[in-house]
Amino acid sequence: MTAGQQRHLAVLAAVWAALLLAPYWMPLFGGYTALGSRVLVLGLGAMSVNFLLGFTGVLSFGHAAWFGLGAYGCGLTLKFVGASTPLGLLAGALVGGIAGAILGALLVRRRGIYFAMVTIAFGQVFYYIAFQWSSVTGGDDGLRGFARQPLHFELFQIDLLHNDVSFYYFVLICFAAVLAVMASILRSPFGRTMTAIRENERRARFLGIPIELHIWIAFTLSCFFMAFAGALYALVNNFADPRMLHYSLSGDFVIMAVMGGMRTFWGPLLGAVIFVVLQDYLSSVTVNWMSFIGVLIVLIVLFFPRGVLGLLPQRRTA
Amino acid sequence: MRVLEIDNLTKRFGSLAAVRDISLKVETGELRAVIGPNGAGKTTFFNLVSGLFAPSAGSIRFDSRDITRMPAHQRVGLGMARTFQITEIFPELTVFENIRIVTEVAAGYRLRPWLSRTEKADLRGRIEELLELAALTDKTDRLVGELAHGDQRATEIIMALALKPHLLLLDEPTAGMGDQETYEITQLIRRLHKDGKLTIVLIEHDMRVVFYLADRITVLDQGRLLAEGTPREIAANEAVQNAYLGQAA
Repeated sequence: MTAGQQRHLAVLAAVWAALLLAPYWMPLFGGYTALGSRVLVLGLGAMSVNFLLGFTGVLSFGHAAWFGLGAYGCGLTLKFVGASTPLGLLAGALVGGIAGAILGALLVRRRGIYFAMVTIAFGQVFYYIAFQWSSVTGGDDGLRGFARQPLHFELFQIDLLHNDVSFYYFVLICFAAVLAVMASILRSPFGRTMTAIRENERRARFLGIPIELHIWIAFTLSCFFMAFAGALYALVNNFADPRMLHYSLSGDFVIMAVMGGMRTFWGPLLGAVIFVVLQDYLSSVTVNWMSFIGVLIVLIVLFFPRGVLGLLPQRRTA
Repeated sequence: MRVLEIDNLTKRFGSLAAVRDISLKVETGELRAVIGPNGAGKTTFFNLVSGLFAPSAGSIRFDSRDITRMPAHQRVGLGMARTFQITEIFPELTVFENIRIVTEVAAGYRLRPWLSRTEKADLRGRIEELLELAALTDKTDRLVGELAHGDQRATEIIMALALKPHLLLLDEPTAGMGDQETYEITQLIRRLHKDGKLTIVLIEHDMRVVFYLADRITVLDQGRLLAEGTPREIAANEAVQNAYLGQAA
């Protein structure tokens, strides 16, 4: 094992230890467990955006659409179909993922700014549907009247609703499972074709890779991850509202990814930690919290153009 | 057998006809050089053959199969590979990673979520073979973007080779190279042609390279086919001398 690999393993172990012990060390710094759950879920969203942005080189500026669809899919399922947390998550991921797959097929020929604009437009369509269709979605007031359900096992059940710590661990397990899938895709031959497209689309095409098909698959996968994160977010809040579909949230995810380092796997999570914790702290101090985050973003982009994690020397996979 | 059979190929950009009515045939195992002054339509001709864009008129047959309207990536699947005038590689990846992507795609693994141990070992062997061929073995872990121009060119050529093509299109392989680099690339191309039995079509400005390598030469001028023949015939051709060789001297 090389020194680089050893250091990489040490960093990984530290990250997972910090995540596993978060409910115990966070209160020491004035944090609370629900904030930890929120960071994980929004971090997962930012990593899903980055799956496309950082690893395929495709910028979606409307990914909140799939996040919000996941949230509504989960909430509506819990409210009207069946009171089961896993069922809600599954339904949310499917609703957002399938919608993403269908609309993605219309997108794959667009590139760069055009791609970003069309994704914003799609996102806003869903935003206005959720906003206007009050009888189902609750409109501007958001969707209420559902709550995360206990997990039932043979011999015992786990209460997720009133016990923040057990819910945090539930979110952490979901988060880890999605990350494992994401990481294994990125390390696969398919994942390497994504990198090829990011690095040089023309070369990739003339290696015999059908670019549109591969971008569509990457987009669809990213939508499924995103929708799953959205479904988890509905459980975090026991609530879904149209702002979860809005392009300003899409922008937040992109900011998290860019701040943390979009060429890195873990960068967007770090970006989410910075963004969500600052937002939580600043918004209790001032209503103008966004201007402080704005200044921070400018500083990070000026001084760390590749994001905070982009500063670390990259591990070479040989 | 004919690898490439092109009939009356024409490409218009607005009112400008970049390629006009070109017909030519390339036999199996042949090394064909395409030459001509700047703006003669050589690169446009390559872009039509490789499928970067569709012709306005005419047809292209590859291994007796009509590929005129076929998307570029499918032509690659049939065994046609190309390089570009300005090197097209994956600059932020290492030499190894560049070659690995191609070998995986060439082996039909591009949609695979994982590979078995034997598949990985086979690929590794293939990658090492290719690196050796281009004398890049000691630069495996270098980022391609940081390599010397000649090594980047060589990387692009072996990436094309990794696709196991039977027709290789090289667009000015020695462009921007010094004498030593030109010599090395020329020898590499010659090995591919003589030992690898590859059919090669190359665009080239350096006449030493053209006359050293080519079995036959096609001369384009202002989008038209001006002449075609063996190097000896082309050197003696008066129209060519007027349009091109005379100009260069």
